[in-house]
Amino acid sequence: MNPITRRDFLKASGSLVVSVSIPGAVATALSQGATIGGKPPLLPNELDSWIAVLPDGSVTAFFGKTEMGQGVDVAIGQIVAEELDVAFDRVKVVMGDTAVTCNQGGASGSTGIQRGGIALRNAAAEARRVLVELGSKKLGVPVEQLAVENGVVMVPGSSRQRVSYGELIGGRHFHHQLEWNKQYGNPLDVKGVAKPKPPSEYKVVGKSFPQKVITEKVMGREQYITDVRVEGMLHARVIRPPNAGCNPVAVDENSIKGIPGARVVREKDFLAVVAEREWDAVRAAESLKVTWSAQCAPFPPMEKLHQYIREAKPNGSGMPVNLGDVEATLASAHRVVAAEYEWPLQSHASMGPACAIAQMNGDQPRLWTGSQKPHYGRVGCAMLVGLPPEKVHATWIVGPGSYGRNDAGDAALDAALLSKLTGRPVRVQYMRHDATAWDPKGPAAVYRGRAGLDAAGTVTAYLFHGKGFSRQDVIQRETHPKDTLVGQLTGYPSKGDLIFQIPAERYEFANKRCSWETVPAMLDRASPLRTGHLRDPLGPETHFASESFIDEIALAAAADPVAFRLRYLKNERHTTVVKEVAEFARWQARPNPARGKGDVMTGRGISYTERNGTVVAVVAEVEVDRRSGRVWARKFWVAHDCGQIINPGSLRNVIEGNIVQAISRTLLEEVRFNENRVLSVDWATYPILELADAPEAVEIVLIDRPEIAPSGAGEPSTRTVPAAIANAIFDATGVRFRRVPITPERVKAALARA
Amino acid sequence: MDQKISFVVDGKSATVNADPAMPLLYALHAELGLNNPKFGCGKAQCGACTVHLDGAPVRSCVLPVSAAAGKRITTLSGLGTAEKPHPLQQAYIAEQVPQCGYCLSGWIMTAAAFLQTNPKPTDADIRQAMTGIQCRCGTHMAIMRAIKRAAQIAA
Repeated sequence: MNPITRRDFLKASGSLVVSVSIPGAVATALSQGATIGGKPPLLPNELDSWIAVLPDGSVTAFFGKTEMGQGVDVAIGQIVAEELDVAFDRVKVVMGDTAVTCNQGGASGSTGIQRGGIALRNAAAEARRVLVELGSKKLGVPVEQLAVENGVVMVPGSSRQRVSYGELIGGRHFHHQLEWNKQYGNPLDVKGVAKPKPPSEYKVVGKSFPQKVITEKVMGREQYITDVRVEGMLHARVIRPPNAGCNPVAVDENSIKGIPGARVVREKDFLAVVAEREWDAVRAAESLKVTWSAQCAPFPPMEKLHQYIREAKPNGSGMPVNLGDVEATLASAHRVVAAEYEWPLQSHASMGPACAIAQMNGDQPRLWTGSQKPHYGRVGCAMLVGLPPEKVHATWIVGPGSYGRNDAGDAALDAALLSKLTGRPVRVQYMRHDATAWDPKGPAAVYRGRAGLDAAGTVTAYLFHGKGFSRQDVIQRETHPKDTLVGQLTGYPSKGDLIFQIPAERYEFANKRCSWETVPAMLDRASPLRTGHLRDPLGPETHFASESFIDEIALAAAADPVAFRLRYLKNERHTTVVKEVAEFARWQARPNPARGKGDVMTGRGISYTERNGTVVAVVAEVEVDRRSGRVWARKFWVAHDCGQIINPGSLRNVIEGNIVQAISRTLLEEVRFNENRVLSVDWATYPILELADAPEAVEIVLIDRPEIAPSGAGEPSTRTVPAAIANAIFDATGVRFRRVPITPERVKAALARA
Repeated sequence: MDQKISFVVDGKSATVNADPAMPLLYALHAELGLNNPKFGCGKAQCGACTVHLDGAPVRSCVLPVSAAAGKRITTLSGLGTAEKPHPLQQAYIAEQVPQCGYCLSGWIMTAAAFLQTNPKPTDADIRQAMTGIQCRCGTHMAIMRAIKRAAQIAA
């Protein structure tokens, strides 16, 4: 048996997870508090569900979301420190544990600060108010005469009339009620009597505190989900069929007879191997002989994917924007511009394949998951194994990269079922192909734009229509087994939601229609090409098309792309990002394309988008090598407005990450497949951007609006990038690329034709 | 057939009784319970499993454990200490590089060896030397800054 570290032991021992996350003194102190009135239930309307003050006066904040490496926990700590008037380093943020945090929806839609921060801000403000009242009683001084500095309630200027938070309530519970809107997940909201501080009084919010966890990660000390070891656990590998849609007909258990401790675990069409030692599980998975049902060619040939989408009978539709009389205006237009755009299927291809550990046996069922949504994951696990959800204690541990509903949600339920079937704790570790080939995919889509211009070049009609796979063929939460591979393989029919998207922008065209249609999944059960949320779901897809099309209209109007956008934007925040980025990049007004000469051509393009309140504009500068077809997205200028900025340092790194990941998706990424299987199974067959092709510079101007509530930053800049690149390539070459990825082969071929 | 294989990892002697063909990664992570290196692909395509073997970076996900017999292995957690982090670790912290950070063994262990032989690299040198190491979160810009900063710290 492998040695189990003390940390692992604490994790494995059930109720002590809090002790792992917060200092031992906290658990002790708060359990002592239990003798004075008991611990209130973990409900959002209890202040104790959000804030704890320890005897030393330090503060623990309980956050029901999770942190995917972008520093949300630091921002939450800043917000709490600010409202409580304690130093930032006196606040610890505990996240994503169902035993100690309320369900705030997990990591979801860049709402960590936008939604999650509201509850914490209100709770911390109310905690301060309660503490000042307690201080008032203790000191015999009216509340109005008291101030708080660094967690000490005091009469300003007095060295005696002062009492610390620790002395007032340290180690004990508040037993104080908040007003709760009775919702869980992203919409959860609580508030107290206290009003949060006005931004003019901020001392902690708006400063670039570093992420302490980065030190732990860089020093090799941080424990990832892959590093959780539970006493007595089995190692598992799942066995996916070589061809999509095939089921195991016969399993030759003798084929792994020689591997110590290895055995097959099967439930209906779900197949796995387990072993006491990890390498034996790996070998067993490689050696196991399975007879599969005959291949059924569920997919069209890859080159016909977009034809499939065009021809498919829609199963859902929407027309969220329909202003004026678009058809009539278009019919009478002086000139009509029309174009179609295509986006491929893309993989999360997270840095490491998913891992999950479940212990569904015993009195204290446990789940350790790297999924973004542990509160929902426990519900799905419980349902799959037949337990009441509240019996399962789920703990989020940082995973190997997460940009939405990746393979982590599937691994969690695999582990739960395997634990039930074996009666042992089970660690499921996916192999690379399980991750890249079998994760839920970012949807492929086709977009069609049509615009009418009058003789003066003014846009009189604008139509934009998207058609593609739903972004929620797999729902973004693994709350129900139907949304996981193991669920679908064991009898839960797949049933997604039909959700698509229209462009998020504020172009004020007099006659404007934006609509969408979804098409059925190509395989409706356990499909490796099922679609789900991938960073900024449908954002890069839709806005690649819409912002490329705006440039095409600008060209038809013989207008400069920046001036053209400003002609139709009226909203001040929207015009500001466009103007700022143009100035920042020293944009030279001209109708594109500049069309370079020689072997290496340089061009610039602009794009602008909105996402749930956040507005971003990007200028890209590219170099296109005529000989190789290589596009180097060399420089980026970004103007970013997400309202109030909590931590500008983290925000810059988050934006850089979005830009680079979006370059990769624009220039390189496409899930390859044939009629029977996914051919993108690893980094060689699903390449992403390497350092050699990273930009030379990403220059960012942050527009801080302290008076406007913060909106998200984890995704919005992503969607702005693809069209900026395509528009820059057009400027450089005079060739319009309407299909992603814009690979060297496609560029070379298109330039040769031009 | 299992064999006893001994080596020194992060300054400590260790012995595993294992299939000699088993990749070193499983010896370190699964058998010895070390948290570094990380499993990323099992195909030497991403770098997350990189350790130093007698000072040279190797991909432990494809290197048989038998090849490590009698050798000195350094993992990310043995590269520096809390009191004296490696210049790359100092630079990574200063530049606040990680998003998920799962790729760190690849970049830091490879760059540590690279800077030993190229103490004053150009941007082009760094870009070239780091080919074949992946970062899915897209921290490339911060990685460039950190490697350059590390070279300055080490100088």
